[in-house]
Amino acid sequence: MDFVEVPVSEDASCGNTKVKKQKNGKKRREKKTENIPEEPQTAEPTDSSLPPTFSISDIKNKQRRHLMFMKLKQEKRKQKLQLRKKRKQEREALGDKAPPKEVPKTIENQRIYDETTVDPEDEEVAFDEGTDEFSAYFNKLVNPKVLITTSDRPRGRTVRFCEQLATVIPNAHVYYRKGLALKRIIPQCVSRDFTYLMVINEDRKVPNGLVLCHLPDGPTAHFKVSSVRLRKEMKRKGKDPTDHYPEIILNNFTTRLGHSIGRMFAALFPQEPQFVGRQVATFHNQRDFIFFRFHRYIFRNEKKVGIQELGPRFTLKLRSLQKGTFDSKFGEYEWVHKRHEMDSSRRKFHL
Amino acid sequence: MACVKSQQCSVWVGTETGILKGVCVSRKQVYNFCEMRSLTRDEEICTITWGDEHETEVLIGSVNGRVKTFSTEKGIFTESRECADLTHGRFTGIAVTDRSLITCVESGLLKVWPEAGKETVEINVGGGVCRMKQNQSEHHRVATGGKENPLKVWDLQRPDTPIFIAKNVANDWLDLRVPVWVRDIAFLTHSNKIITCTGHHQVRVYDPSCQRRPVLESKFGEVPLTALSVPSGENSVVVGNTHGQIAILDLRKGLVRGCMKGVAGSVRGLQCHPSLPLVASCGLDRFLRIHNLQDRTIMHKVYMKSRLNCVLLSSKDLQQCVTDEDKQLEEIKTEVDEVWDAMETVTEKSNKRAAQDEQEVQEVTEKDKKKNKRTKE
Repeated sequence: MDFVEVPVSEDASCGNTKVKKQKNGKKRREKKTENIPEEPQTAEPTDSSLPPTFSISDIKNKQRRHLMFMKLKQEKRKQKLQLRKKRKQEREALGDKAPPKEVPKTIENQRIYDETTVDPEDEEVAFDEGTDEFSAYFNKLVNPKVLITTSDRPRGRTVRFCEQLATVIPNAHVYYRKGLALKRIIPQCVSRDFTYLMVINEDRKVPNGLVLCHLPDGPTAHFKVSSVRLRKEMKRKGKDPTDHYPEIILNNFTTRLGHSIGRMFAALFPQEPQFVGRQVATFHNQRDFIFFRFHRYIFRNEKKVGIQELGPRFTLKLRSLQKGTFDSKFGEYEWVHKRHEMDSSRRKFHL
Repeated sequence: MACVKSQQCSVWVGTETGILKGVCVSRKQVYNFCEMRSLTRDEEICTITWGDEHETEVLIGSVNGRVKTFSTEKGIFTESRECADLTHGRFTGIAVTDRSLITCVESGLLKVWPEAGKETVEINVGGGVCRMKQNQSEHHRVATGGKENPLKVWDLQRPDTPIFIAKNVANDWLDLRVPVWVRDIAFLTHSNKIITCTGHHQVRVYDPSCQRRPVLESKFGEVPLTALSVPSGENSVVVGNTHGQIAILDLRKGLVRGCMKGVAGSVRGLQCHPSLPLVASCGLDRFLRIHNLQDRTIMHKVYMKSRLNCVLLSSKDLQQCVTDEDKQLEEIKTEVDEVWDAMETVTEKSNKRAAQDEQEVQEVTEKDKKKNKRTKE
């Protein structure tokens, strides 16, 4: 016990001296202020043993440091609360005349302006989009038909994920990969009038990639898939979805690249939703992450809407967009995510 | 107005939507030279080149087989002629000699169109052509190459046989034939050599006077190279690939000198400025970028709204084209200055303030001096 006590007392004394020193320092500083701030430069070298400003990290005793830190924290919190109270009171006192509340800064609203942001009145972009590969779908000439498959020998959750995706996307067929090459599957799909090929890649039984290839002539998008939640793993989920065509919501796809991706998702689903089913699929883009949710809604009265998640849910992040059907070796890429070049700013978004 | 616009433009870009775009780099303005209402996809511009030496005409080859002439002075399309069928594929290159036009299409049909009356000369250069390029010092020589179609140099005065056919490189270490896929060609006018880049990411330098196999081969990246361009000086080459990587390769040993940053999509067109150290690139990411070749920084980046297929730089200085306009502006400015000079100045208040400021400044400086003295002590 002695052994333990001694160092503690030493430390404590050490801490005291520190505090004293600090006090001394304060006094000295007061003196300095009396002398009019003319000689800080001359004073400093003599006092070099003392830190010019006291900081908690200089305390060597861990317990004491912790204590001081907690105190400091409390103080700060108190101040903050007071400030907030004061502001609130002022606000109430002013009543209607109060200045509008400041909008908090987020990296979304501080986003660096992207010059490719689509202006809905732009003739050229409208023409470009009107004649692209999806124009047949948007002109109601074709109905989507989707083939869902996986990387070879899927295990565990990937299989269930595929099945559940097939219940979300109408007219989707899940096929076993059988070790076939995608380049050989694609012509067969085209001859059977499929409009999409969807390949889910897995790594150690976890789905981690999605290749979405529009047929017959591209484009192909490659996504990273993360945080997959299957229906079974979800709380408060609704009953299984029905076969009705869902509505779709595409949020925040503003840039030219975002538009192409948004159109790609839109073309997965049939054009006219069956509102009887009250089901809605959402692709929400936020900070270049695309969140997928599948809900059933109900209008309780004129103002209230109830929603119920049906699942699955997952998050996508675009890795690349390739022109033409899947060809990772010789295909031409329209956009490739290059981490070190593109992610130089946190406020720059591409979708 | 259109003609003023087109005279200012120093970079010309052909797009996938069929619009010819002129870019005035110094003002960061893009002009569309096209009827926006009559756009169709089959007018997609495949190739672009200068129609004459003074750079007053731009020749455009579109997918539907028409070659159009655009006058940069008048700012309108002056001529359009049918040069190929849709069945022969897209244009892979157009070129101009003294009086005739040379076109080449993917199927391998190279045609020389002399001016009115004379019959056209047709050469079959072999299928799967990816590029046809003209020798800038000897206009009657062209080079062709493509997929499974080795580099061939043709003399148009003797169109029967090519004057040079490249020989495929030796088999690889498994004793398998190396596939041929020439994607772009350039002539080195000083040393009479030819550079090609291939779909199998090789850059090859051929010396026709020496041997049929390449004298230098180097590799860049892992995806097909799509475009190349030789800067002035001709001791390096700029190549671009389908992942949007642009690099400068040294021609002495074939090593990478440096890469250009900031390209997001496949490079379709590359051109170096004939005298300045600049390179313009365009591609599927819809941006025209102009990089400096010396420090590899990006100098201009212009969003063009459509996917871009080809780029053409004028040989004049990029900034120069605006000077005339600026002169006019300056004249206006001088007039304005005169008006200002004619006005009387109200001085009193401002003088006082200025005096005060001066005093303060003096005080501060004195203090500083004191401080300095102390520190010296």
